[in-house]
Amino acid sequence: MVDRGSDDRMQLPPREVADVMPPHAHSWIGKYVFSQDAKYIAIQYSGTAVAIGLVALVMSWLMRLQLGFPGTFDFITAEAYYQFVTMHGMIMVIYLLTAIFLGGFGNYLIPLMVGARDMVFPFVNMLSYWVYLLAVLVLVASFFVPGGPTGAGWTLYPPQAVLSGTPGGAQSGIILMLVSLILFIIGFTMGGLNYAVTVLQARTRGMTMMRLPLTVWGIFTATVMALLAFPALFVACVMMLFDRLLGTSFFMPTLVELGEKLSYGGGSPIAFQHLFWFFGHPEVYIVALPAFGIVSDLIAVHARKNVFGYRMMVWAIVIIGALSFIVWAHHMYVSGMHPWFGFFFATTTLIIAIPTAIKVYNWVLTLWKGDIHLTIPMLFALGFIVTFVNGGLTGLFLGNVVVDVPLSDTMFVVAHFHMVMGVAPIMVIFGAIYHWYPKMTGRMLNEAMGQIHFWVTFIGAYAVFFPMHYVGLVGVPRRYFEIGEPEFLTAPVDGLNAFISSAALIVGAVQVLFLFNIFWSLRHGRKAGGNPWRAASLEWHTPETPPRHGNWNELPDVYRWAYDYSVPGAPEDYLAQNDPWVPDGEERRL
Amino acid sequence: MLIVVALVLIVLGSIVFHLLSPWWWTPIASNWDYIDDTLVITFWITGAVFAAIVLFMAYCVLKFRHRPGHKAEFDPENKRLEWWLTGVTAAGVAAMLVPGLFVWKQFVTVPEEATELEVFGQQWSWAYRLPGADGVLGTADAEWVNGENPLGVNPHDRFGKDDLIVEGGEIYLPVDQPVKLLLRSIDVLHNFYVPEFRAKMDMVPGMVTYIWFTPTRTGNFEVLCAEYCGTAHPFMRGYVTVVEAEEYQEWLQEQLTFEEYASNARAAQPVQLAEN
Repeated sequence: MVDRGSDDRMQLPPREVADVMPPHAHSWIGKYVFSQDAKYIAIQYSGTAVAIGLVALVMSWLMRLQLGFPGTFDFITAEAYYQFVTMHGMIMVIYLLTAIFLGGFGNYLIPLMVGARDMVFPFVNMLSYWVYLLAVLVLVASFFVPGGPTGAGWTLYPPQAVLSGTPGGAQSGIILMLVSLILFIIGFTMGGLNYAVTVLQARTRGMTMMRLPLTVWGIFTATVMALLAFPALFVACVMMLFDRLLGTSFFMPTLVELGEKLSYGGGSPIAFQHLFWFFGHPEVYIVALPAFGIVSDLIAVHARKNVFGYRMMVWAIVIIGALSFIVWAHHMYVSGMHPWFGFFFATTTLIIAIPTAIKVYNWVLTLWKGDIHLTIPMLFALGFIVTFVNGGLTGLFLGNVVVDVPLSDTMFVVAHFHMVMGVAPIMVIFGAIYHWYPKMTGRMLNEAMGQIHFWVTFIGAYAVFFPMHYVGLVGVPRRYFEIGEPEFLTAPVDGLNAFISSAALIVGAVQVLFLFNIFWSLRHGRKAGGNPWRAASLEWHTPETPPRHGNWNELPDVYRWAYDYSVPGAPEDYLAQNDPWVPDGEERRL
Repeated sequence: MLIVVALVLIVLGSIVFHLLSPWWWTPIASNWDYIDDTLVITFWITGAVFAAIVLFMAYCVLKFRHRPGHKAEFDPENKRLEWWLTGVTAAGVAAMLVPGLFVWKQFVTVPEEATELEVFGQQWSWAYRLPGADGVLGTADAEWVNGENPLGVNPHDRFGKDDLIVEGGEIYLPVDQPVKLLLRSIDVLHNFYVPEFRAKMDMVPGMVTYIWFTPTRTGNFEVLCAEYCGTAHPFMRGYVTVVEAEEYQEWLQEQLTFEEYASNARAAQPVQLAEN
């Protein structure tokens, strides 16, 4: 049975960490700049991530302008196009998605949801943000150096990444990119240790692991994965930096570049790819697992129903996390690695589809016999399921090694990963912001603007990425500045590309409305009260909204899981985790 | 209720788009129609799953939407249902994986009778090398590349002297003859990609990769680079011309051997060589 706390007559477990109030800052700078409060750090992380994400959004517009209307915009040269491709991908994956899920939602929600006063190492947590900011600044600086940022593609494959045929390869672009990644990983590690240790050590009395909201499970598992995966990228970046600056040959074989023999020799470009994807594939789930967790909670709260199959959901998260470390070479089926690897990696990759499918079933079965409130967070959650199922299923094409061969390196891949790790997690981010904004500010986001934002984003994003699969199916390779009209096209793709680009411009533009809503509602939003969604998890039961430094007066005691919605006989349709209610005639249990 | 309509329309729209789409893979010109078959199986299975899940979701939203007085059912787990769904999913995954791996085995097993041919990539053009009269390709390495030896054929290897050097980006292949392409690059990653052949593979400097296929119809097929290789990546094009065996032999006679190629190059650049 699920650990709802109603069966086991356990004693109060001892507090694992003494209830120590984190030190209060007294100066303005200590409170608002170098803050050690996880909630404030969360906002700093999210604000920075969204700001740099807007840069990446604009670059996606510029790319789509080129692809949709080739030859129309003279300032988009091939060099600039590849720089946009690279920086768009890198910013979105690392500096926006990873940072906002772990640094943003992780910081805000973990202490509140586990019933802690703050992260366990507040000072290190603060440093984490400032090193992240430095990483972002170094990245931004690469736009202003001679030659501009690197145009090596977000995968930064050597040898091209450090050679002159690639934008920024022989100049400083690639150096700043690598330095920025190294800084990011250092910053993340400081934050990540905090998130993991806080979940393990600072849960309040009664908050067993199997009573944690799935949001915490998702963020926690993703954090542990990131702590294990990022070191591979770290090593790869350091080695490539040495190849570029010191003339070592970790990834560089004997080369003749444009007729000139270089002094490299003996290195292996494929070794970099293994290191990169050993990080890169878990990275997909580092973004996806927090989204899985958060969306489970959104669905449960707004359908007034317990998450279906909670224990299975937890195990699915953990199994997906573990399996994702042995699937990386499915990104390399046509890389020239030994072809026999294909059998192993195709098998592991398709096996991972099973726990992933279980999660989808359980989300939908949570809706079954629910009391579905079509709030903005619920709409985004539904949008997430559609786009995630779509993107997940096309993963079965690409994961099945031989089916991948014709599709690999085509626009089909671009459509697939945007649907599954771009659109779907971002749907969850939006839903989560509409859901928790009232807790963070005390006011609701404007509903009308939210409706417009949802509909344009959801339908628009589907209109961008669904047809894009067919651009790849017809054979158009990815990372093509222009395709022209080669004979193998069964139909010209110009019109379709123009349609996709137009939809992309509209989807991008409506995000401005969302940002406006965030600022407008700070003053003009409807007052929310402490628990506007009537939700059960702890963060909605703080004595003050927004929660003050230290979160609680007295640490809450937890009596049940986070999903006691519509419990028969209960006075309301939800029971807070710290609500000691028991059915009449039964004795109070802890 | 708009969302129910939207969910249904997304499913219907996607199916209609798929059925009416003129954007479909180009007619095949190699033996890899198994790949196309596996792809079609995958389309059917995944398409059915997508429609089922989204339509079921639309039904739930319609049926269980909030109305005054309506209350959700309290129903934490249903082990039987969960295991049943897990089993069906595993079966569906196996239905795609097993034929996939079966075809992959063929894909990586080169038949004995395949002839060898080297594809050579550099920023941003294609060249080719064929074994000469001795039927053996000489060794080659970026180490040996110079003005009269652009492909880096080992000048000390007797097997290399009669190799045929084909520049200009176009290669002829005889129809219905299995061919193993040895893929080699001397600068950065490239990828030899002919949409009609379905097969593609990266070319990695410092090593030799391969693919094999049998061209099944004559024609002129464009070669693209499918691995981003620098600024002119999309313009790195070539041609494979598949012809009948006799025409292929005629074309073969016109190609220069490595020795002839090198001496021509020496004759064309006497001054530069003297300086060297």
